Amino acid sequence: PLTSPLKLHYPHPQNSNHKLLSTIQVIEDDRSNRGSEPFVTGVRGQVPPLVTTNFLVKDQGNASPRYIRCTSYNIPCTSDMAKQSQVPLAAVIKPLATLPPEETLPYLVDHGESGPVRCNRCKAYMCPFMQFIEGGRRFQCCFCSCVTEVPPHYFQHLDHTGKRVDFYDRPELSLGSYEFLATVDYCKNNKFPSPPAFIFMIDVSYNAVKSGLVRLICEELKSLLDYLPREGNMEESAIRVGFVTYNKVLHFYNVKSSLAQPQMMVVSDVADMFVPLLDGFLVNVNESRTVIASLLDQIPEMFADTRETETVFAPVIQAGLEALKAAECSGKLFIFHTSLPIAEAPGKLKNRDDKKLINTDKEKTLFQPQTSFYNNLAKDCVAQGCCVDLFLFPNQYLDVATLGVVTYQTGGSIYKYAYFQVRTDQDRFLNDLRRDVQKEVGFDAVMRVRTSTGIRATDFFGAFYMSNTTDVEMAGLDCDKTITVEFKHDDKLSEDSGALLQCALLYTSCAGQRRLRIHNLSLNCCTQLADLYRNCETDTLINYLAKYAYRGVLNSPVKTVRDALINQCAQILACYRKNCASPSSAGQLILPECMKLLPVYLNCVLKSDVLQPGPEVTTDDRAYIRQLVTSMDVAETNVFFYPRLLPLVTDVDSDSLPAAIRNSEERLSKGDIYLLENGLNIFVWVGVNVQQGLIQNLFGVSSFSQISSDLSTLPVLENPFSKKVRSIVDMLQVQRSRYMKLIIVKQEDKLEMLFKHFLVEDKSLSGGASYVDFLCHMHKEIRQLLS
Amino acid sequence: MATYLEFIQQNEERDGVRFSWNVWPSSRLEATRMVVPLACLLTPLKERLDLPPVQYEPVLCSRPTCKAVLSPLCQVDYRAKLWACNFCFQRNQFPPAYAGISEVNQPAELMPQFSTIEYIVQRGPQTPLIFLYVVDTCLEEEDLQALKESLQMSLSLLPADALVGLITFGRMVQVHELSCEGISKSYVFRGTKDLTAKQIQDMLGLSRPAVPIQQGRPLQTPEQPVISSRFLQPVHKIDMNLTDLLGELQRDPWPVTQGKRPLRSTGVALSIAVGLLEGTFPNTGARIMLFTGGPPTQGPGMVVGDELKTPIRSWHDIEKDNARFMKKATKHYETLANRTAANGHCIDIYACALDQTGLLEMKCCANLTGGHMVMGDSFNTSLFKQTFQRVFNKGFNGEFRMAFGASLDVKTSRELKIAGAIGPCISLNAKGPCVSENELGIGGTSQWKICSLDPSTTLAIYFEVVNQHNAPIPQGGRGAVQFVTQYQHSSTQKRIRVTTIARNWADAQSQLQHIEAAFDQEAAAVLMARLGVYRAESEEGPDVLRWLDRQLIRLGRTLRNESSYYRHHFARQDLTQSLIMIQPILYAYSFHGPPEPVLLDSSSILPDRILLMDTFFQIVIYLGETIAQWQKAGYQDMPEYENFKHLLQAPLDDAQEILQTRFPMPRYIHTEHGGSQARFLLSKVNPSQTHNNLYAWGQESGAPILTDDVSLQVFMDHLKKLAVSSAS
Repeated sequence: PLTSPLKLHYPHPQNSNHKLLSTIQVIEDDRSNRGSEPFVTGVRGQVPPLVTTNFLVKDQGNASPRYIRCTSYNIPCTSDMAKQSQVPLAAVIKPLATLPPEETLPYLVDHGESGPVRCNRCKAYMCPFMQFIEGGRRFQCCFCSCVTEVPPHYFQHLDHTGKRVDFYDRPELSLGSYEFLATVDYCKNNKFPSPPAFIFMIDVSYNAVKSGLVRLICEELKSLLDYLPREGNMEESAIRVGFVTYNKVLHFYNVKSSLAQPQMMVVSDVADMFVPLLDGFLVNVNESRTVIASLLDQIPEMFADTRETETVFAPVIQAGLEALKAAECSGKLFIFHTSLPIAEAPGKLKNRDDKKLINTDKEKTLFQPQTSFYNNLAKDCVAQGCCVDLFLFPNQYLDVATLGVVTYQTGGSIYKYAYFQVRTDQDRFLNDLRRDVQKEVGFDAVMRVRTSTGIRATDFFGAFYMSNTTDVEMAGLDCDKTITVEFKHDDKLSEDSGALLQCALLYTSCAGQRRLRIHNLSLNCCTQLADLYRNCETDTLINYLAKYAYRGVLNSPVKTVRDALINQCAQILACYRKNCASPSSAGQLILPECMKLLPVYLNCVLKSDVLQPGPEVTTDDRAYIRQLVTSMDVAETNVFFYPRLLPLVTDVDSDSLPAAIRNSEERLSKGDIYLLENGLNIFVWVGVNVQQGLIQNLFGVSSFSQISSDLSTLPVLENPFSKKVRSIVDMLQVQRSRYMKLIIVKQEDKLEMLFKHFLVEDKSLSGGASYVDFLCHMHKEIRQLLS
Repeated sequence: MATYLEFIQQNEERDGVRFSWNVWPSSRLEATRMVVPLACLLTPLKERLDLPPVQYEPVLCSRPTCKAVLSPLCQVDYRAKLWACNFCFQRNQFPPAYAGISEVNQPAELMPQFSTIEYIVQRGPQTPLIFLYVVDTCLEEEDLQALKESLQMSLSLLPADALVGLITFGRMVQVHELSCEGISKSYVFRGTKDLTAKQIQDMLGLSRPAVPIQQGRPLQTPEQPVISSRFLQPVHKIDMNLTDLLGELQRDPWPVTQGKRPLRSTGVALSIAVGLLEGTFPNTGARIMLFTGGPPTQGPGMVVGDELKTPIRSWHDIEKDNARFMKKATKHYETLANRTAANGHCIDIYACALDQTGLLEMKCCANLTGGHMVMGDSFNTSLFKQTFQRVFNKGFNGEFRMAFGASLDVKTSRELKIAGAIGPCISLNAKGPCVSENELGIGGTSQWKICSLDPSTTLAIYFEVVNQHNAPIPQGGRGAVQFVTQYQHSSTQKRIRVTTIARNWADAQSQLQHIEAAFDQEAAAVLMARLGVYRAESEEGPDVLRWLDRQLIRLGRTLRNESSYYRHHFARQDLTQSLIMIQPILYAYSFHGPPEPVLLDSSSILPDRILLMDTFFQIVIYLGETIAQWQKAGYQDMPEYENFKHLLQAPLDDAQEILQTRFPMPRYIHTEHGGSQARFLLSKVNPSQTHNNLYAWGQESGAPILTDDVSLQVFMDHLKKLAVSSAS
């Protein structure tokens, strides 16, 4: 089904666009064609099913697409070909991805004191593609062809096909993904690491206290601390915890188990941050349970009458960093912060928000940090393995672009709850917090991607820090973080040997174990452009293009970035038209089968908030989304740019989700209720003519006008329709790494403007083109290139 | 007529004043020829049980440059209700309240027996006394425990309404908040960073009226003045809290690796203590009480690095200008001391360690502010425990023997000028016609501030006779001096004590014998010694020392730490105590008669004697060789030798008596012939027999001393020569 190119006579814009290529159709087709069979990874260069398809993976020597997806699984042999096609060669890697329960986790291989077997020259790790020669005494590296002696303890005879006899007993010989236990050589200062620590740092300024946030956090932590990540079979988590509160000064807490009461130590010298205590700051939750409980009870009381409105920020991170340094461990800071840090301290910020800069050459400054202070701080944090997760609760501009620098460069996550109110936002915040605390995470990580001679990794996108051109350093890396890697040719590849990728991630587990996670992937190589176009994956391409563009806005005017994006896609499609498609009239738009959604998705990227903001989008929102997208995997970018729109039909019997429909207003019927999700929000759209019975069943009110728009959850009602809708919402929430905000939108209500922004096939209010218009535009571009 | 001895004694008892000369040479020329300057020792708050204070304001001379207080020396015209100031001769109207006075109805201040009088005055709001403990936690467990107990005990000794605060330090400095329930709070400072007073106050949240962190804060009623901060709380309110807090104090938790000293941030701790009081309670009585167990090793005021292999500066280093940190450290503490003094607060230093603690650098903190300086080997000694307890001793009238924020104003007759003062005071820079250009001690002023004083605090005040030779004073003329001491009494009352004295002038040429007869040699010795020590302190030259009593030179011979300590006490104790410091007292107990004072000489050390030596800082009981042998043989336990038992007991009882009253508590040493501790005695006695002249003196009497110091004999000869040459 992937072979036939698509010829399209797209209709005149004024005509109905029913015949336009439907994303829904492509998704549904892939689901029905490929969803039933497991995806077996034994064969080189296989294109996996789409991210929207549910499928199982069997690892037979290549990494699962849950770990690595590529823009193309068949890559040009030469750099000329690659340039001609303009198809970016990139892999989207999620090294610690969560697997469904049916799939096996990577095996942990322990090679004892000598550590993993590696190529002498390029230091690639033992993998299924290494070639054993001379009866198994040596092996030839599949990446650099260097021949290395097999260490005596690792020697094994080969069978008649040249395979080692123990092939199936050894994960590193038979599987695409596995882990090695690292030896002390892989540890900082040649010392095995201590278990990591979590430090909770709570803003207790006036806003935080008044909104009830402080109380909420303290209440939640009391129970949440029992769910810190544990290694497999361990009885309790090895992670130690510490607590800090702050406004314009910092309060450290001694929660040593021997104390009857916690002790507070105030450090007001924020210019020169230090940790005032050694013992009793980082503690085991079980040992200090009563002291911690007492502390969490008292914090909201102690600050109940505060009048301090100013906060500091950089000293908070410095404090956490110093604490981890003193404890000689890596860890994560959970910072709960409410306002622009204007108190006198290092890293103090100004309000420099200026919407007038939009569409000017200076627009890029809105995405840049206002001081380099945080970049330097981030560097120090990475060196210590101090990851910073940031929960923001702003009531006004707080400069996410600057505050997020450390989070971003340490591999942390930012969560933002504008105008936080306990009543409407607590579920979302608490779910995010719970997930963030509990999720699998590695610390003090370094990732290196090795490739076959001929190509090499040249560019990286994601939340990390790089001190050189090859090592991706992350103070923390969790199961949701994704790194996109771009490759470029530096030599020729051959069709015979194909191209290999090996992603090696060295990290400290939540129990303090130093490990290496290895993912291997083999790709085909081609000398014909048609082979390239036949094996591309548009969703991954979009992931790459979006990240590329979102980084571009830091340095170039947004218009330049948008034009470049359009230009590149036009070139890709023009190259296909010129070299692969059979001759046809110029009025015909011809798209490769597996790129037929490229225009519609590209249009979505172009009209996203970062590249074309609407009037209601704040500077902080744009900075926030920019950082968010940069760490997204393919499934997340897919739904983020092209939201899923589901009609909530009344046939309540079916277990599965209703079939999605296209994101266009004309698909909506006044008499129906729809649900739209994009990974951050869930909208429930209610038509004006919806039957009263449905409204009663779903909202518990008798008429459309009585539906309240500030509901943040659907009321729990005992009827099949309510149950069904709530279960759909729950199902969607589970699939996403963040808890989505539920927004009720009544047709013709003021909130509908916001909702319409997500109907991405329509012309947007901020000037974004409709699907049809954009298709026309692309066609024009392609024709220009061809003529 | 009473003898001069009686006169001197009476005057001392009534006025707390002892002059070197009690008849004054009437011209500048003659006065300078007397070698010993005209000077006095003044004990401003000398305990006077027979002196009930009067409850009204003193009457002042109306001349703005004079403002002398009405005294028995003033001429009074009872009919016109006028009085003439005896210093500036201004005629003053009595205030209306004095309308009823007459020859038979005199106010107290006009009666001759009230040459010293004390007024209680109402000035501003009364603030309670403040005690801020600054506690080193880099102590051995046992020491810290003992110190904690002493501190806990002290809470019961404080006046109930006194404010108390706690700062602890080690590697960091913690200012403890005392007003909180539940979570105990403290503000923590780096021990390495010098902060300005403003920074400290900002960081402690003292610079704003609205305090950000405080739980369940009741609304301050406006009429109730804010008299406490979170860090200084009335002891009756928080003594339970503070007792617990002290009990929970732990040793500094930061690890000290081998070969290192603990990091001790004394400099920053003191700086924060000073800043805290400066910001909250300026100009009211407050004691910063520093308890430290070693030298400051980091930050401003560090005296030595933390490497044990580099020893603390020695005398030798200082002479060679090799003491790396000394100048900077001294400057740091001097700045603090001056700020403290300017605020009217005082700093006590209780330094207990076997090694040096850097008192040399820190001495000014106590010296300039009138604070105590106490040195001991450990906090776990009775020396420290009892001395510390004695700080809170009460006098006969049940009042604390401490007073604060005193200013001493000295007024003189025209023939006299004020050359300076030596004592625990700073200059208030009050220039005036009676201030001499020639400075002796802290000069250039007629007013001094004494931040903390007790009934025995004694200042030496030096005068200059300025009357010219060619303008003779008429026969029977008298010169007068008035001392006006305003201070905060321990009951927080503001009081003013006024002492007005007069002495006769005499012409040195015709009446030399009168002047000589009225010479007070004890006072003169102490006054001269103070001058010597003051010069040694400020000039550090051996030249100055050369003309001084050799005993005093010894003060400089010991460890630097100790010498600062000795000098500190010498500059403030009253005459008797000062004399003991100059010339220790030696008593001999034997079967040959009742206990008797004997010469502080090696010839006094005899086998059948028990000696009791009091050097002020040490009490030594020394058993002679034979006595020691008897004691070993156990004769004292045999009923038939009960008299021996009594002999042994007698010096112990006498020593106990001294121990009970002396502040600071002296080191108590009980030793015997040949004992290692006998060195304390041997180092003090006059070396009439040394290894140099041993054979010339014969062997049976006395004990030879191994020293190169000259004997008193030689020194006396030298002194005589000097006296003769000056008299001619």
